[in-house]
Amino acid sequence: MTSRVPSAGSGQSEEAAGEARAWISGYDARIRRRLVILVLLSLALCASFVLDLITGPSSMGVPHALKGLFGLGELSLPQRIIIFDVRVPAAIVAILVGAALSLAGAEMQTVLNNPLASPFTLGVSSAASLGAALALVLGIGIPGVPPDWIVSGNAFLFAFASVLLLQGMARARGAGVETLVLVGIAMVFTFNALVALVQFVASQDALQQLVFWTMGSLGRASWNKLAILAFLLIILLPLSLKDAWKLTALRLGEDRARSFGINVARLRFVSLVRVSLLAGTSVAFVGTIGFIGLVGPHIARLMVGEDHRFFLPTSVLTGALLMSLASALSKVLATGVVLPVGIMTALIGVPFFIFLIFTSRERT
Amino acid sequence: MSSSLLTIRDLCAGYGRRRIIETLSVPAIEGGSVTALLGPNAAGKTTLLRALAGLLPMTGGLDLCGEDLTALSVAERASRVTYMPQSLPQRVALTVFEAVLAALRASPLAGMSPEGARNEAMRALERLGIADLALSSLDELSGGQRQLASLAQAIVRSPRVLLLDEPTSALDLNHQHKVMALVEEVARERGIVAIIVLHDIALACRWCKRVMVFSKGAVVADGTPEKAVTPEVLAAVYGVSARVERCSRGFLQVSVDGPA
Repeated sequence: MTSRVPSAGSGQSEEAAGEARAWISGYDARIRRRLVILVLLSLALCASFVLDLITGPSSMGVPHALKGLFGLGELSLPQRIIIFDVRVPAAIVAILVGAALSLAGAEMQTVLNNPLASPFTLGVSSAASLGAALALVLGIGIPGVPPDWIVSGNAFLFAFASVLLLQGMARARGAGVETLVLVGIAMVFTFNALVALVQFVASQDALQQLVFWTMGSLGRASWNKLAILAFLLIILLPLSLKDAWKLTALRLGEDRARSFGINVARLRFVSLVRVSLLAGTSVAFVGTIGFIGLVGPHIARLMVGEDHRFFLPTSVLTGALLMSLASALSKVLATGVVLPVGIMTALIGVPFFIFLIFTSRERT
Repeated sequence: MSSSLLTIRDLCAGYGRRRIIETLSVPAIEGGSVTALLGPNAAGKTTLLRALAGLLPMTGGLDLCGEDLTALSVAERASRVTYMPQSLPQRVALTVFEAVLAALRASPLAGMSPEGARNEAMRALERLGIADLALSSLDELSGGQRQLASLAQAIVRSPRVLLLDEPTSALDLNHQHKVMALVEEVARERGIVAIIVLHDIALACRWCKRVMVFSKGAVVADGTPEKAVTPEVLAAVYGVSARVERCSRGFLQVSVDGPA
């Protein structure tokens, strides 16, 4: 043990007071460093957003697109449509979906006390796929929902219901967080099996649509979807931040958090409702997007630690940045083709995830 | 400062349908000194602390200076009773200072300013002699240092009832006595009820005015160390043949000769 022995005296000498001020200054410096990280991530996100806007399968060159974007050059009507009606909403939706999934993953990992928890690994995405499969293959949807929204509506309903099911388990007597994670994993397999069953009976056309949907694509982005996602984030992020200290305390153990006066069951319930809204809406709008909800929070944790006042906004930014980069990458890998962004997020996420596993083992 | 008084009447507690403690009633526990809970593993010591802290469902009466603790909300009860679990979890990316700060800021009733909370947190670390660890990550700490950080979280909340679950189990000899001295001092200064689970009988006899010996969810001996820690009690509870003698300084010493 390297620390000095505890002092039974309560008096504080000048020297000790000076030392205390020095440690508090050190803490302040750490806070400033975290703020700088947030600013740098925001700048990187802006750069990635522009990169996403100027890349695409059309024959418009990057310099021309850049000039047109910043009003320095003339754009033809088709070029204006490509940039402002196709690329802008898709690029913003990429950022919003990345932010929403990463925030959902960060909260999930904290309230379920599991670093592997994410909307993807605990069955939310699989549930959404089942909802979409029922709509695409069997035409089953929520009554009254317009035809254009039937797939998204079903996906949202199933994703939301899966988190509520997880929630129900959380409130069940005697169910610990380990049980929840196991139930989540069981749900992944169950929903995947049901999707396979629906695929088995699907026609060739419906099967093709379903496979494309499960790959995740920003091609489904629209201004309406963008507005809904933005509205959700504007409402839910401040609510998450309001609970930041409680979530930080929960990382120190459930008993400890409860002995601080936190109603852990309520905190978990409210947090999982936020998760269900964020993940359900995101997956419903753009399909299955893997690894953002898992990896975004891990990168944030490495950057700023788990003081949730910084961890949550950093997770939002890392998720948004990853998704935006994946969107740009999906348009430049193959000439004239936009690859489904869900494939790109997995391709970026998997190597990073393996890196994390090995580095954490080394630390152990 | 007037001392707190904790009364436990007909307390029943357990996990699910499994009752660990049945109708436990003990004479009121006075503040201003430390009360030790001794007993073998699975005797119900931690269960009692968790029930007192409101972390387990319980029935029976629990009064603090005439106030019914069971009628309070989670936050209100936590503002009066603080429980320190046996260990801090692993793999938490927080510094010691942040962990202690969270103990103050996370409470729904926390009315302290951010500046005030920071000063209080630093004072608690200084008092435990771990101010130099303030910016260290919890994961970098040894087992003993983690226990000290955990104790800082408990005392910084200034409760009226302090419940400590084996706070010295990972500490070296020097730190064990320093921590016990600190807990005794805090209890005396603030007039609070301090209940501490210990496995070291000598430590309990040295620092605690009252000792409650637990076995199978019931108190089998209760009183001053002289009264509660006897060869007969040790044989019945731990199954050992032991001698209890006073040393030249007047402290009780327990020598175990072997199984009873």
